[in-house]
Amino acid sequence: MADVFTTIYDWLTGLLAGWGASQLVIDLVMGLLGSIITVVYLLTLALVIIWVERKFIGRVQDRIGPNRVGPWGIFQNIADVVKLLFKEIIIPKGADLIPFMLAPAITVASVFLIWAAIPYARTLIGTDVNIGVLYLVAVSSLGVMAILMAGWSSNNKYALLGAFRAVAMLVSYEVPMILALLVPVILSGTLRVNGIVEGQGVWYVFSMPLAALIFYIAQVAEVGRSPFDVLEAESEIVAGFHTEYSGMAFAMFYLAEFLHAFTISAMTATLFFGGWRGPFAQQYPTLGIVYFFIKTFLLYMLNVWGRATLPRLRIDQIMSFCWKFLTPLALVLLVLSTLVDKVASILLEDVVPNYYAAGSLVEMLPRSAVLLSVNLLVGLLAVVWIARQGRKERQRLAALTSPAPIERQAAR
Amino acid sequence: MTITPVTIAFAIMAIFALGGGLGVVANRNLVHAALFLVLSLFGIAGLFVLLEAPFLAAVQVLVYVGAISVLITITIMVTRRIMGITETINRQWPVAAIAAALTLVTLGFVILSQFSGQMPVADVPPDTIARMGAAFASHQGYMLPFEVASVLLLAALIGAIVVARD
Repeated sequence: MADVFTTIYDWLTGLLAGWGASQLVIDLVMGLLGSIITVVYLLTLALVIIWVERKFIGRVQDRIGPNRVGPWGIFQNIADVVKLLFKEIIIPKGADLIPFMLAPAITVASVFLIWAAIPYARTLIGTDVNIGVLYLVAVSSLGVMAILMAGWSSNNKYALLGAFRAVAMLVSYEVPMILALLVPVILSGTLRVNGIVEGQGVWYVFSMPLAALIFYIAQVAEVGRSPFDVLEAESEIVAGFHTEYSGMAFAMFYLAEFLHAFTISAMTATLFFGGWRGPFAQQYPTLGIVYFFIKTFLLYMLNVWGRATLPRLRIDQIMSFCWKFLTPLALVLLVLSTLVDKVASILLEDVVPNYYAAGSLVEMLPRSAVLLSVNLLVGLLAVVWIARQGRKERQRLAALTSPAPIERQAAR
Repeated sequence: MTITPVTIAFAIMAIFALGGGLGVVANRNLVHAALFLVLSLFGIAGLFVLLEAPFLAAVQVLVYVGAISVLITITIMVTRRIMGITETINRQWPVAAIAAALTLVTLGFVILSQFSGQMPVADVPPDTIARMGAAFASHQGYMLPFEVASVLLLAALIGAIVVARD
């Protein structure tokens, strides 16, 4: 029972080999089985997480949430899916049919492809490519093209404008995301996702919390969730690039958004929160999947909490936040932390012989302490800078709108 | 020639690459042509994977499909003049045909004379990424071209911002 996954895998391959299948057929069947199981469990999970989100947001907003369909409304999502299945997919006149139909499929595919490289346990990963992190980033950028296809083929100039805005936002937020993504790669020295997880003796969120925060914020913007959900803005611009979609095609976009939010929680958990690491996860790999899902769900609830409470940002606020704050912050953080890291490794050479150790908690403490102090310093400076910018902005607005002083009018 | 899964994968990727290329040049609709370009670039990324260069495949998808194709498509979509062009056959096609035929003959001659028969396949070391990283950072490696390329990209970025400000 310690390593459930390897046991099942060995039993299945033994069974197939006993039936006289060649190695090639065994690999093919196991690969197909893994893909099908991943897709099926993700689609089923989508029902659960959408229900959790609606209940949670309802409670935050002092209401109950869905409670009519089944006890506590747990069948609400099934009812929604059935409705969407039977709804007509209205194809607008003059719409380009093939891109119109392909766009939702590519969006959903780009989310599912991410799960191929995320480790659930020490011995359970779809494919441990040695370019893991780069693969995750490349696959995330596939969704951008799908949004353009959706906006253009709708034959609707407002959908097209919504698509342009969405693409501008997504492409902009890839920059701080990748800069923050460099941090686990630098700290663990490998691009393999399982290698990054195994290198987290001290979770990277404790040694570089600012980088984790930048990564999480940039990923939330990539998905298009509140407070960055100007992409769909249900109460303002109808629905942005997926205005003309209805029925199952819209359901695909809806599903892709929730699954993507869950996926980014999984990515953050893997890269910064130690993934499947936890007490006894090395000896009993089955525990790894439990820790992984606990962390992912907690981060997803953080995302839902943000959605329930934070107001929506305007698109120009979003863009200036990215380019004028997040990107310089990520650059400064990266350069300063690597510099201080290198200097500390030289200064502390006699005191701490094994500065660059990775893997065990105690060995990684000195380096984590150094990096944590750099992060806190940069975070403090960033907060001070924002406060000063905010004060200047408030003074500028007050000067614009203040009435003329009485003395000037009296002196005239 | 034995049909292995690698052969099948190569055939599929080659069809994507060549079919996509054909779609780019033969399509009347420019946006469709851009989408066929994306398909073709995907095929090339697949070919990189088959050549045991996963890093290049990932970078191809990230840079070409994720950024350059998006840029091309947005440019096509916002330029109204392009959408009004209706002629599909260039008037100088005889010259182009002669140039293409000459290129084909030259390339075919070179390839068939140099690469005939079975070529010994070079060994791909397992840690290509680590080696590439080391090569980018070493003096005997590619540190200078790396820095020069970075400066070039920075110049392009600043130039784009300056141009966009007006």
